Amino acid sequence: MPVTLFPHGIAHYALGGTLMGLGVALLYVTTGRPGGVSTFFSSSWSWLLRGPFFRQGAFLESRHWRLVYALGLVLGGGLFLLAGQTVEASHIPAWKLALGGVLIGFGARLGGGCTSGHGICGMASLSAASFIMVITFLGTGIVTASLLKWLGV
Amino acid sequence: MSMAQTESPLGTVATLASGLLFGFGLAWSTMIRPESVLDFLTFDDLGLLFVLGSAVGINLLAYQLVPRLFGRTLLGTAFQERPFELDRQALLGGVLFGVGWGLCGVCPGPALAGLGAGNADLLIALAGIFAGALLHGLWAGRQAPVTA
Repeated sequence: MPVTLFPHGIAHYALGGTLMGLGVALLYVTTGRPGGVSTFFSSSWSWLLRGPFFRQGAFLESRHWRLVYALGLVLGGGLFLLAGQTVEASHIPAWKLALGGVLIGFGARLGGGCTSGHGICGMASLSAASFIMVITFLGTGIVTASLLKWLGV
Repeated sequence: MSMAQTESPLGTVATLASGLLFGFGLAWSTMIRPESVLDFLTFDDLGLLFVLGSAVGINLLAYQLVPRLFGRTLLGTAFQERPFELDRQALLGGVLFGVGWGLCGVCPGPALAGLGAGNADLLIALAGIFAGALLHGLWAGRQAPVTA
């Protein structure tokens, strides 16, 4: 019953995904950088902290462009509003955002990437390891979201 | 190894433009709205399959064809590999990431783009992500001191 699986159609999903893909592809084709987002949240700590983990070469070399890239993402969301588009209000409780955020930050860094790093760049690189990571977080994501919905939390 | 330190102005512009396009696309696809992601994870709306499919499809072409055809990037730099090794810790990271994703419907890119689109609640999620990355760094630094 495809009608019930796609209650909002597919057009804006396909177009949005295409624009996202073009953004990530533009970064790769112009600079050679895989456009995963989550490393930004580690490399940015190197501006503030002196601990050896945060001062590792991979962070010091990439922290500048990752900051620019993150700024671009924020501005991209702003541009969507400037283009006259609206976003439906969101009502996720603060505790879910806070606890979820910590798990996402810790998990993405321990797991070497997130939905953009493994999900887009890793899969586009035909990396079997990234594919396994995507299946893993998609799996626990589905279980968690479904369980909470069933419990009514 | 220090190519990123001598970033050309064009490289910065391209990076900013890439983020902008990515963020705009995230907004267009409704992925910046956590409820959209949660609807996907509970099978109420599978539209995000088309988001993932389009984004991966385009990058499959970019990642597989462009290096083979041109050898170097348009700005003359080298194509970088994603450093990643799959082990038990990484899998645990994937498990935790998924639990957080399923709990609040947020992931790093949409958190940034959604903030730009006016959802100030996402500041809480972003603070959480920064805190999680900090905890990971403190923990990882203690486990295996980095020598670089």
